[in-house]
Amino acid sequence: MSRMAAPRLAAAFALLLLAGGPALALSSPSEMLANPVLEKRAEAIGMQLRCVVCQNESIEQSDATLAAQFRAIIRRRVMEGWSDKRIMDWMVQRYGTFILLRPPFDPMTWVLWGAPAIALAVGGVAVALARRRHPERPEPLSPAEQQRLADLLK
Amino acid sequence: MDAVIRRRLLMLGPLGIAAAGSGVFWALLLRMQQGKYDPHALQSMLVGKPLPDFTLPGQAPSAGFSNTDVNRGKLPALVNFFASWCIPCVEEASALDGLARQGVTIWGIAYKDKAAATAGFLTRYGDPYHQVARDADGRTAINFGLYGVPETYVVDRTGIVRLRYAGGLSSDSVNDTILPLLRKLA
Amino acid sequence: MIPELGHFALALAVALAAAQAVLPIVGAQSRDPRLMAAGPALAVGQLTALLAAYGCLIWSSVVNDFSVYDVAMNSSSTEPLFYRITGTWGNHDGSILLWCLVLAICGGAVALFGRGLPSALRARVLGVMGIVSAGFLLFTLTASNPFRRMWPPPIQGAAINPLLQDPGLAIHPPILYTGYVGFSIPFAFAVAALLEGRVDATWGRWVRPWTLAAWCFLTCGIALGSWWAYYELGWGGFWFWDPVENASLLPWLTGTALLHCAIVVEKREALKTWTVLLAIATFSLSLCGTFMVRSGILNSVHSFAVDPTQGVFILVLLAITIGGSLALFAFRAPVLAASGVFAPISREGALVLNNVLLCSLCAVVFTGTAYPLFAALFHVQLSVGPPYFHLTVVPLLVPLFLAMSVGPVLAWKRADLAPALLRLWWAGAIAALIGIGTEFGLHRAFAAAGFAAAAWLILGAFAELVERVRLFRIPLGNSWSRLRAQPLGVWGGAIAHAGMGVTVAGIAGMSLALSTIVAVAPGQTIAFGGYQWTLLAMHDVPGSDYTAHVADLRIMRDGRQVAVVHPSLRTFGQQHQTVTDTSIQTNLLRDLYIALGGEQDGKVVLRLHVNTLAAFVWLGALVMAFGGALSLVDRRLRVGAPARRGAVGVPA
Repeated sequence: MSRMAAPRLAAAFALLLLAGGPALALSSPSEMLANPVLEKRAEAIGMQLRCVVCQNESIEQSDATLAAQFRAIIRRRVMEGWSDKRIMDWMVQRYGTFILLRPPFDPMTWVLWGAPAIALAVGGVAVALARRRHPERPEPLSPAEQQRLADLLK
Repeated sequence: MDAVIRRRLLMLGPLGIAAAGSGVFWALLLRMQQGKYDPHALQSMLVGKPLPDFTLPGQAPSAGFSNTDVNRGKLPALVNFFASWCIPCVEEASALDGLARQGVTIWGIAYKDKAAATAGFLTRYGDPYHQVARDADGRTAINFGLYGVPETYVVDRTGIVRLRYAGGLSSDSVNDTILPLLRKLA
Repeated sequence: MIPELGHFALALAVALAAAQAVLPIVGAQSRDPRLMAAGPALAVGQLTALLAAYGCLIWSSVVNDFSVYDVAMNSSSTEPLFYRITGTWGNHDGSILLWCLVLAICGGAVALFGRGLPSALRARVLGVMGIVSAGFLLFTLTASNPFRRMWPPPIQGAAINPLLQDPGLAIHPPILYTGYVGFSIPFAFAVAALLEGRVDATWGRWVRPWTLAAWCFLTCGIALGSWWAYYELGWGGFWFWDPVENASLLPWLTGTALLHCAIVVEKREALKTWTVLLAIATFSLSLCGTFMVRSGILNSVHSFAVDPTQGVFILVLLAITIGGSLALFAFRAPVLAASGVFAPISREGALVLNNVLLCSLCAVVFTGTAYPLFAALFHVQLSVGPPYFHLTVVPLLVPLFLAMSVGPVLAWKRADLAPALLRLWWAGAIAALIGIGTEFGLHRAFAAAGFAAAAWLILGAFAELVERVRLFRIPLGNSWSRLRAQPLGVWGGAIAHAGMGVTVAGIAGMSLALSTIVAVAPGQTIAFGGYQWTLLAMHDVPGSDYTAHVADLRIMRDGRQVAVVHPSLRTFGQQHQTVTDTSIQTNLLRDLYIALGGEQDGKVVLRLHVNTLAAFVWLGALVMAFGGALSLVDRRLRVGAPARRGAVGVPA
């Protein structure tokens, strides 16, 4: 899990990612809302959204300036009384479902969300099919057969 | 079904899964080679939709403009977000200049930049823009779904966005992507 | 000159690997002892050549030979010597060469330690490893050559990425690769068994130690990577379900299943098909994971931006290795001798359940990681992040954890479930109490469930030992002597399961972590999490190739000083990058975690965390690896015929 960055030749992307300024690992406490309940809500929403710059962190964790701006927008909306859904929809409208860390549940993602059930089912079926080849335990002998066996063994 | 055949089919399962997986892998690699797939690039939500509503102040001496101004101006047109602190923007200046010389209307938006710095940038690297506005706090850019600078949006004759090019334009990308599209939309 | 020698050694290795790929297998098929004997010689030769090659690369980096492209791009003379050495595997080409080197070491290990193997089996195993080696060496030589030169050479190298200039991350690749590549040995054994048409207890006896060793390394490698992310990246988390993290988890999951099956094959000659399939699957997943990341088709911070043509080469290699082995499996698995019969409720049955659950977990993680690729084919842009994995993985873990403690107390072949469950009543009761207690005390359901699961796992892990010594059912003295007579393998298994419980406890504890961001002026004290944090002073300290801006922070609790810590921000001049250096003060039950941010209006921004039981996450992994190592040592003492040849050393 080594963080090996692409070589500087990733100027091939020629996209200056919006991390202007020093690579701070922190946002500022002045960003946080005074009301702790609202702040927690804002954080929870932020944890659901992918930072489009770093792309493998949520916007709460990312130090990119664009992520900071998103955090500010979310807090503003939370203070204005927007619902969680409305805030998320607003973000998705601009950045697409890619920004959602939790993929939506629609026909495209049925297989994705069904993966645990499908995997278990396939595993179970495979095991059941494989076991059928095992020889059945022989039926217990009938009394007559048991007597015959005893005679043979004498 | 014969037990042996059933077993053989069962044993082929993993191979089948591997084959399907490699098919997907292969298709994506091919697309990467053709430049049609970039895992780090974001799809723009604006493509196929009209420009978002905005009104921005101008970067002196230019007047500001709004989305209606763009729609009433000469179309198809380009909307280009840039900044003086952005190195790829410097690199794409010549490509934009070439487009402007060919008569393409380019609306410039200075993203999160100080007016003096933008002015310096335009003086130094040329001003290919029909008009330049300033998005000092970056909120308009967010409405565009911007995730880096520079970005260029191609707007067609009906005011619908047809393409978002993320990154600095080069003569290659202009010739291969932008110009053909503009010709198609003309 | 040295890079040329290295280049030549690499080419030589390709040739030797190619020979190793062909001759021994031909020899085994035609029963020619000379060709079969060529296998070990070629493997050792290949290993020597690659050691020489890698040595040349290290040398080039140490002496700052910037005419070598990779050294120029990834190293610099201002770096400390240690990082010039470890940086050789911190870039794409060097890391692939390391991969090949570890593969050769595994081949060499089989050659050297496998003298007791039947010669046909050993020849086939080495042949299969030769095929894999030859493929990847060819790739390295042609598409990813670390000895490429650049002319004219720059005066100074571009320097290592500052994030990599860290001891933890420096040793992470070798350990991780030993884990990944170590599974090539069970893979080779599996393919050899398919070629031969026989899987038996002898085969199992040879597969088990190699699997164990690889598994131990992989466990440590994953834990090391996670620990690095925790202390280096500054946001206090340790697993983000990033594609590369998942890529390392996939082979671990099937590798764990393989480990358990290998034990069964050795003891009971059952589950043969499962073992062979899992051996193939684990190495295939290692290959897939590592190389999917390198091809660049995955969106991950770890992606090396590699040209897609290399990706095609890799795909062909994978197709041949994985496709070939799975096709062989499809055709030959049915002819393996019928496995031992067992009832559904039995230890073997529990292991089958274990396999199904672990493979399902693997399938889920794989689906989540690969789904964006699948969606991309349809031009849909999706992303799958932690929330998905939490929702899908946890429901599968519940039955797995339950079974982990029940399985070892079931009898082989046929067992009764109810008495077995009753024997675990004490573990279940304590676990339930802990869970309920946590819920009432803290009202945090996830942590409560986690702690209950941890208690169940740890206590249940020792249930088998309790059973075997018949604790409280025979005099304590007899129990004690029985305990001392228990083989290390039993201890190893119990400790490994307990280690899993420790990790689960750590994860549950982390869900209770507290964190905040504050802006303090020098001299100011903040109260948080039951501690008092005082910023004493700020000062700058120069380092070898960086300048550190350091904060001195005193932490007190109840009037007594707990620690003085020095988090800092390191600015690397050459790379124009700033990296945060967090301070972590641990007493194992909680970590005090401090990261320094920027400055604002004369105040210093600090992120403070109190991370409950953070250390347990990685301690648990160490305990698991230790358990594995114990089991490894055990077999060496008890192995039968093969040991008569003299001391057979502990592999890897």
